[in-house]
Amino acid sequence: MRRRISEIVIESAIRLSGVLVIVFVFLIFLFLLKDALALFRVYPVGEFLFGRNWLPISEPPQFGMVPLFLGSLYVTIVAILICVPVGVATAMFIGEVAPKSLKTVLKSLVEVLASIPSVVLGFIGIVWMGPFLRSTFHLTTGMCGLTGSLLLAFMALPTIISISEDALNSVPRTYREAAFGLGATRWQTLWRIILPSASSGIIAGVMLGIGRVIGETMVAMMVTGNAPVIPQSILQPLRTLTATIAGEMGETVGGSEHYFALFAVGLVLFVITFIINFVADSFLRRARR
Amino acid sequence: MGVRIGPALAVLAAAFITGCGKDVDPNEPSGFVRIKGSDTLVNAVQEVSEEFMKEYPYVFVAVTGGGSGVGIASLINKTCDVASSSREMKPKEIEIAQRHGVYPKEFTVAFDGVAVIVNKDNPIGKLTIDDLHRIFTGKAARWTEFGGKDLPIVTLSREVSSGTHAYFKEEVVQLGKKDSTEEFSAKTLLLSSSQAIVEEVVTNEAAVGYLGMGYAGDRTRSIRVSKAGGEFIPPTVKEVMAKRYPLARGLYFYTDGDPKGAVKLFVDFGLGPEGQLHFENTGFVPLGATGAQTNQ
Repeated sequence: MRRRISEIVIESAIRLSGVLVIVFVFLIFLFLLKDALALFRVYPVGEFLFGRNWLPISEPPQFGMVPLFLGSLYVTIVAILICVPVGVATAMFIGEVAPKSLKTVLKSLVEVLASIPSVVLGFIGIVWMGPFLRSTFHLTTGMCGLTGSLLLAFMALPTIISISEDALNSVPRTYREAAFGLGATRWQTLWRIILPSASSGIIAGVMLGIGRVIGETMVAMMVTGNAPVIPQSILQPLRTLTATIAGEMGETVGGSEHYFALFAVGLVLFVITFIINFVADSFLRRARR
Repeated sequence: MGVRIGPALAVLAAAFITGCGKDVDPNEPSGFVRIKGSDTLVNAVQEVSEEFMKEYPYVFVAVTGGGSGVGIASLINKTCDVASSSREMKPKEIEIAQRHGVYPKEFTVAFDGVAVIVNKDNPIGKLTIDDLHRIFTGKAARWTEFGGKDLPIVTLSREVSSGTHAYFKEEVVQLGKKDSTEEFSAKTLLLSSSQAIVEEVVTNEAAVGYLGMGYAGDRTRSIRVSKAGGEFIPPTVKEVMAKRYPLARGLYFYTDGDPKGAVKLFVDFGLGPEGQLHFENTGFVPLGATGAQTNQ
């Protein structure tokens, strides 16, 4: 009898936390929506979504999101191009190739990497990486999208590595044994058998990494230069959605146009991450089938 | 083991709630003052408040930066007691404040020059306001136009929350014309702190930035500036005092209505001789020097 009661309690507690999470996400969305929509009562939606100028404190202010959106897009895409191959290759090395002693060292190093605060990375970006990239690529300034992309790739690496490595580890040993038994080489086994069967986990890791990159604020604000210009290349200064919110939120007065505009930017960010998660989820389901 | 943790936690919690057990002398003023705003002023205000807390040990002062706009916004949102600002409040902001039931009162606490800084390897040493206007609006693209090296000009600015940004935009980008709609060149880098501007100028030969002259150290070179065909003046305390340096401005404290209690003590301390001395020590121009007084 006693066992029954405690089971019921635990079960309902778990159900409650599940429901609460959904409720919270929904409430956050409603909150963002409410304040974002308040902007569109005084500022046209079209000009917000397709406007090419972000001049929040001018008279009259202009809240064109295009430069910010493209800034985030450029930084994220380049960061992904850098961190996904490196991260997955590192996971393959740690999980399948490295000898045991090296494996433990590498694993703990990856964990150390994950624990570096983003503001420290940003500082490294300002004093070292920015000037380094400027002199290497003969840029006008080191505060550019590429500096941000490199540091953000660096930040996403631990997530991608550890989740991909877990996915590789969870491939049943029988697959490996069967592959070897059929005379496959180690590389063939890894590339043709283990990697495809771990793909759903790897995609999940990559998606989480992307989420990390697009949502990261401090590094983006410190090293990308924050110029609200429509970027022609990744080697230019640009301004991301997150850095805009963080950089300007403090000075807005609750209830002003600028305040609502930042909420609208937040809503756009929310929708983007929602789409990413949705796509990741459908990929995962397809992989599982 | 598990049983003992309970009372220990309770003691800890009690200590957190009541503070570290320092008894408050009922005859001494006590309280809590929150100051927020200008990054230009933050170091000076920090120093003033440390001295203040030595004098009034039961008043705790918390100083935060973020930019003048941040300070003014939090005064309106009632999350600070004193907003420090390197620009005057705009009429629109005062209107919003009144709508929120806040009646800002202004105190001028010091004066400051805005220094324009370049890399030490940049041969340019003097510019007119018009040159600066052309540089920061993007009309002039290369340093050769001013007799410098063949490099593109990289303009650096603070974020829009900065009072220095607002001041520079009015005086240089819009040349002080009220009806001007000119903007900083879209290519201008908006950096989040004065220190970030210094770091970029130190490492980048093509960069030019501006900041409160208290921040302009000897790792960069300050440009001598001339207005309307006048002399080229370096940004020094002496020249600002003599009202010769063209890019000079007041620095302000704002409170909600007439300050009371601990807030009044702090504002008076800042305006008094000791507070003024610390503004001077941190590179600003004290009030007495220019004969200015508090205004309403």
